[in-house]
Amino acid sequence: MSTLKILVVDDEPGIRSGVSRILRNFRVDYPFMEEAFNFAVFEAPTGEEGIEIIENNRPDILLLDNKLPGIQGIEVLEYVRKKQYNIIVVMITSYASLELAVKATSDGASDFIPKPFTPQELRSSIENITKKIFLKKMTATLKDTGKQIRFQFLSVLSHELKAPLNAIEGYLKMAREHQLGDKIEDYNAIFDRSLERVHGMRTLILDLLDLTKVESGKSQRNIVDTDLVQAVRTAMDVIQPYSIQRDIQIKLHAPAQLMMKADPNELDIIFNNLISNAIKYNKASGCVDIFIEETVASIIIKVVDSGIGMTEAEMGKLFQDFVRIKNEKTKNITGSGLGLTIVKKLAENYRGSIEVTSIPDQGSTFIVSLPIEKACS
Amino acid sequence: MTTLKSTILIVDDDIDYLFQMKMKLEQIGFITITADSQREAELILEKTKPDLALLDLMMENEDSGFILSYKIKKKYPDVPVIISTAVAAETGITFDIQDENNRKWIKADLFLEKGIRTDVLKNEIDRLLAEKQNNAK
Repeated sequence: MSTLKILVVDDEPGIRSGVSRILRNFRVDYPFMEEAFNFAVFEAPTGEEGIEIIENNRPDILLLDNKLPGIQGIEVLEYVRKKQYNIIVVMITSYASLELAVKATSDGASDFIPKPFTPQELRSSIENITKKIFLKKMTATLKDTGKQIRFQFLSVLSHELKAPLNAIEGYLKMAREHQLGDKIEDYNAIFDRSLERVHGMRTLILDLLDLTKVESGKSQRNIVDTDLVQAVRTAMDVIQPYSIQRDIQIKLHAPAQLMMKADPNELDIIFNNLISNAIKYNKASGCVDIFIEETVASIIIKVVDSGIGMTEAEMGKLFQDFVRIKNEKTKNITGSGLGLTIVKKLAENYRGSIEVTSIPDQGSTFIVSLPIEKACS
Repeated sequence: MTTLKSTILIVDDDIDYLFQMKMKLEQIGFITITADSQREAELILEKTKPDLALLDLMMENEDSGFILSYKIKKKYPDVPVIISTAVAAETGITFDIQDENNRKWIKADLFLEKGIRTDVLKNEIDRLLAEKQNNAK
């Protein structure tokens, strides 16, 4: 429950106490609001006292009579506008003339309540304003979180891009200054490391491009009838040299064919990421089992590895941008930290999801489920 | 200036940075101990007291440098700590470093952008070591 502060500025005591009474037990909540609002009413008989309360209590809503003993209501309105306070101003007046209405509106008053008003009129006016305030707050929060996520992404990205550049630059300087002596062979290790960092940076850039594609253009998607099993086989072929190098057996458990409506490129990215992760984070001579199954409602892709596994805490962080699980076992494994973010976003494009289960030192299982599209005829 | 060589603990999860920093600091006359994770650094610190620590910020945890700095200052209050980070100034992110509240508990003596020139780094290290000696007197 949030409380909105309402200030009523009117020289008639009856109006002020009336407003207080009507709003005392009034609350606004809509099913779509996650919050309910009630009201605290402040009263001021003159514009001057009103401004004092505005300064001290910063109300959310101002109910303002124009005809006041000292300064006029319109002057209080001007004051609020000049100070750029975020207050919704409603004029209450029996002298509502067209001229005043125009002036007040151009000064930022958002509504009028004619005097005399019924309790119901006041309540419905306050209800509308409350809705406005709620929506304003919501959009402000959404904007802020959006900005923050983008900010974080950029800061981490620049970190990830700068680190390899710094490393390579450092090695080049060492070579340039002959810091390891005059024999070229003595520089092999630092050249190897430099090439490794170049390779890592290229992977990062390619992953970033994938991610940008996933995030930016649904228009570019090319949804066609695709054989999922064929897509896995293609991905396995591409990865084969890597699996041979690490002596890892990949087994496919799938029907001969499984058609679905999908973008072949997207499937390729999903399988590539899942299978190469299963090899990368495996033990030497380990194995990877890929299961493709069709249930009534969805297609299940399961990639099971016999690798290093993860703890609960590590799993929790797994799908965040640039997050790479860092521990003794992953120390020498390179990656962009974007692969699973990409897979997750792609799965979501198909209204699907990705889950992981894992046991440290025994292996991890990644399960992507894609709901089956009902064919429209 | 000290006649004995000072020992600097370097902690960074980028093994290339670690290797290069080690070489640089040894070339300008320091003894180095290296750790490539917060965990390893914590193990080293249990038995060893360096004269100064040079810490990366983001390792296993994105605030590993802060945690290490806090632990070093608790155990060895007189050891100067430098936190170096590549978190970019160009994105407008100043991190939590500028925050007065965080400064209080982190207690690092200096924050440096990664990739600064060796002579600048040397000056800063010499300055912190000299301050430490003066405080000890």
